[in-house]
Amino acid sequence: MIEIISEIFSSPILVRAMIVGILVSLCAALLGVSLVLKRFSMIGDGLSHVGFGALAIAAVMNLAPMAVAIPVVIIAAFLLLRLSSNGKIKGDAAIAMISTGALGVGVMAVSMSKGMNIDLNSYLFGSIMSVSSEDVVISVILSVIVLFIFVFFYTKIFAITFDENFAKATGTAADIYNMLIALLTAMTIVIGMRLMGSMLISSLIIFPALCSMRVFKNFKSVTICSGIISVITFLAGMIISYAAETPCGASIVCVNALSFIVFYIIGKIKKTT
Amino acid sequence: MILEVFVTALISIDNLTLSYENMTVIENLSFEVFDGDYLCVVGENGSGKSTLVKALLSLKKPDKGSIEFGDGLKKNEIGYLPQQNVAQKDFPASVYEVVISGCLNSRGIRPFYSSKDKKRALDNMELLNITDLKSRSYRDLSGGQQQRVLLSRALCATKKLILLDEPVAGLDPIVTAELYDLIKKINKSGVTVIMVTHDFPAALKYSKHILCMTEEDWFFGSREEFLKSKFVNFMRGGEELD
Repeated sequence: MIEIISEIFSSPILVRAMIVGILVSLCAALLGVSLVLKRFSMIGDGLSHVGFGALAIAAVMNLAPMAVAIPVVIIAAFLLLRLSSNGKIKGDAAIAMISTGALGVGVMAVSMSKGMNIDLNSYLFGSIMSVSSEDVVISVILSVIVLFIFVFFYTKIFAITFDENFAKATGTAADIYNMLIALLTAMTIVIGMRLMGSMLISSLIIFPALCSMRVFKNFKSVTICSGIISVITFLAGMIISYAAETPCGASIVCVNALSFIVFYIIGKIKKTT
Repeated sequence: MILEVFVTALISIDNLTLSYENMTVIENLSFEVFDGDYLCVVGENGSGKSTLVKALLSLKKPDKGSIEFGDGLKKNEIGYLPQQNVAQKDFPASVYEVVISGCLNSRGIRPFYSSKDKKRALDNMELLNITDLKSRSYRDLSGGQQQRVLLSRALCATKKLILLDEPVAGLDPIVTAELYDLIKKINKSGVTVIMVTHDFPAALKYSKHILCMTEEDWFFGSREEFLKSKFVNFMRGGEELD
């Protein structure tokens, strides 16, 4: 075990993946609590598909992947919020529409560029190799921004998550904070997508929040616990992925799913005693 | 010589018209809410009560007419007790977290809560007898307890005016009576109360003024005036207005 860990830390590629992964897991878990409770879980999923489309097009057109993906995903996030709040198209349908649409565009783009060296598999399911040292710098900066904004606006995020109408009625600009959450989510997804894969990144948002909601009963503990669970499951997933030579995104999702079962059982036991 | 006591209106509604797309819900409604008042808004379904609530909370813009806040009442100083929504029922939040979130409107951009906010939250919990529920989870409380939590959150948001939207819906008679007593106590302490309700007997028992809305018409006046008007029969027996 210790041998595996020391091996991981001696490889620069793995260390980069670790840094990005820990930060992304933390951001995703904190935002996830609010997203899950606002019934926006699927937004994460929708945005990651949009991110896939953007990455594919960036690769085909030979542009910097992050520079294309970040603005596109942010625009998609605002669009999704608007669509689901003005009520003409229901939120879930809007997400399904945008995400499958973007996926279609992405797959088309990749298949049309036969000559190029694009690995569809790594886009969809993530790869440690795709994390460059440039990505690490961008990830660290973006994650720090996300974490800082989350802590600074924590009380507002609680209020609009718990009861948006009350928050609006008493003068909190709920729409702006909704946009802020969407913006932070979009940033987190783009950072994490290359490591986790666009099919799997939304699990980082959903699982930790659902796990801690089984056991804890107030918002603060749920938020803190989600952060901790997320980082631990990420590390466990990475170690398993290294030891068993499985893809890291999938390994992390499996650890998360397992921890959900554990927390579900703990929650049940806690209720009966 | 007659001395007229001039009471300034906390809210003046003048010729208010509200509509959705092209359907007018409220037309030319005028009334005033005075400092220390207990106003009950009654009326049939579809008469525009909830639309009026939205307009009072500045969530809906008037198509015509105006809503003016007097006496230093700011738009964000209305404490609001919303109708229950289902999404909240499994929300992990402690009673204290919910109550103190009412203090947010006085915080502006500043993060976290001050010790003054914390004291205010605790005082309001004391007032509504929920101090012992402080660290309990909101979702595990009974309906009556939840309403008291939301009421003390509303009190954190205001010192002047609370707006209650169907506060007793779904509560049993004993809990309902308790809640009415608390609302009366809050009103006596100087907070103006506007209550939208289907509970007509309670409206007659507690209110100082009544706003009665039907699809075609509306009445506003003191409770005594209301009892003499034709609207009272309509509300009691559901008879048609002539």
